[in-house]
Amino acid sequence: MKSIRVALGQVQPVLGDVYANADKHMAFIDRAVEQGADVVVFPELGLTGYLLRDLTYQVARRIDDPDIEKLIGASQRIDVLFSFVEESAAHRFYTCSVYASGGRVIHVHRKIYLPTYGLFEEGRHFSRGESLNSFAVAEYRAGIAICEDVWHPSVPYLLSVAGMDVLYVPAAGPGRALGGDPHSGSQLFWERLIRTYAQLFTCYVVFVNRVGFEDGVFFFGHSAIAGPDGEMVGKVESHDERLEIFSLDLASIRKERYRTPLLRDEDVHFTQRTLARLVEGQ
Amino acid sequence: MQRDRAMDICRKLETSVAGAVPVLVGFLRDEILKTGHRNAIFGLSGGIDSAVVAYLAVLALGKDHVYPLIMPYRESSQASVNDARQVLADLGLQERMFDITPQVDAYFSCQERATHLRRGNKMARERMSIIYDQSVVYQALPLGTSNKTELLLGYGTQFGDLASALNPVGDLFKTQVRAIAGQLSVPESIRRKAPSADLWQDQTDEDELGFSYEDADAILHLLVDERLTEEEVVRQGFQGELVDQVMRRIRQHQYKRRMPVIAKVSSRTIGIDFRYPRDWGM
Repeated sequence: MKSIRVALGQVQPVLGDVYANADKHMAFIDRAVEQGADVVVFPELGLTGYLLRDLTYQVARRIDDPDIEKLIGASQRIDVLFSFVEESAAHRFYTCSVYASGGRVIHVHRKIYLPTYGLFEEGRHFSRGESLNSFAVAEYRAGIAICEDVWHPSVPYLLSVAGMDVLYVPAAGPGRALGGDPHSGSQLFWERLIRTYAQLFTCYVVFVNRVGFEDGVFFFGHSAIAGPDGEMVGKVESHDERLEIFSLDLASIRKERYRTPLLRDEDVHFTQRTLARLVEGQ
Repeated sequence: MQRDRAMDICRKLETSVAGAVPVLVGFLRDEILKTGHRNAIFGLSGGIDSAVVAYLAVLALGKDHVYPLIMPYRESSQASVNDARQVLADLGLQERMFDITPQVDAYFSCQERATHLRRGNKMARERMSIIYDQSVVYQALPLGTSNKTELLLGYGTQFGDLASALNPVGDLFKTQVRAIAGQLSVPESIRRKAPSADLWQDQTDEDELGFSYEDADAILHLLVDERLTEEEVVRQGFQGELVDQVMRRIRQHQYKRRMPVIAKVSSRTIGIDFRYPRDWGM
């Protein structure tokens, strides 16, 4: 197996301006191509901004909308993972991330867990995604989980059962709960989270977080990649817009899965039986 | 016991803002520049809150884009004006002085029985009226200087010092503003003196409020951030009467933290189901 060069597109979207954001995505794609990346990954709702509220209705696009097709078309040059508000034929609105390659859509993930507490109000505006699967990209399998999705361990677990070498996590993570550390509590938690998942599922976790402020809410960036041994592969040490490229050595997955065969030993039938019994008991 | 517990909590609050300055500077820069403005304006009283705002604004925008106004009344303390001047000198900012005595005295010359409170409120609104007028002259956004302690206790004048377009210190308790003042090397005389709204001679905030900022910050932190009940706060060693007084102030002054309440008659009412972020308009 070879290595893949992943470009972390840590953008600062303009709230509600799909055209400006699409232009920025195209510029980042150009730079990622120039720098020889295999895939460029953008954060949650990079095409629209996050704190949309009633703007959801205006910025939503069908997946066959020309604005979206333009980005899918750009994947003829480099694989692109981007995120926007997707409107279904039945006029439901989803936070979605698309993996496009070779000019076509390989996979669409609709965010399943919509945080609606504290500063979050996603459940007010969005429908919940209802399916989850991993997908094949060239020589490896990937999964996508958007932000809050990975605060539910069942999501990476299910993706791992489906087969996952790389977990892409587009996020709009706000910095909050400042502590004594120069980084916020939420930022430190994210780093622990991706390292833990990477180690437990012996896969790469690629976390791409947006930057900038919306109505005073601060998105902390610091996109990062953790490797299958739980160590950090690389980190964007910045709260600002950045495009940074890191290499993922896919051979290290093989080595790590031999050394620590957690996935081999995972008993999905036991999980299935126990889960069914516990859920029934409730 | 109350004093010791309050001081412990305040030390923790101080430590928690170790990494806050870059966030506050980023907030000012981002939220101002996206409006199409490059300049900030605010009242510089000589107190610690507006001094901290001045230092943050200079870091965010550069000294040529920061317009603090000194607006004394004839009874204002000369020491406060001197402290404000020290901030200007330290930051290399030009002095802009507006004496509010003529308009305030003209109004109260036919309002003989005006209380301290009415006079103080009038002066605060007179100053804010000047800030908003001068904001046009300097094409600058008015910055708020009310901290979280004041906002929660309602210790401020509605449409007076509580007015602003952006407030970088509104999520910081007084104790935390002091800690940040230390990080920013705000002059010692400003950091050490007793906080005063300077509404009349020899006034101090703590005399007027009837409790210390340390006690207030500790109780507010427990009630608001930690979501403790009043009984739980009392069990931590705080006097029941004081906790009750703080809680009553929070509730009593909720209206100052909200836009005016609108009578709903249509299907889309501003603030109720017409919900857009401020940044929508940027």
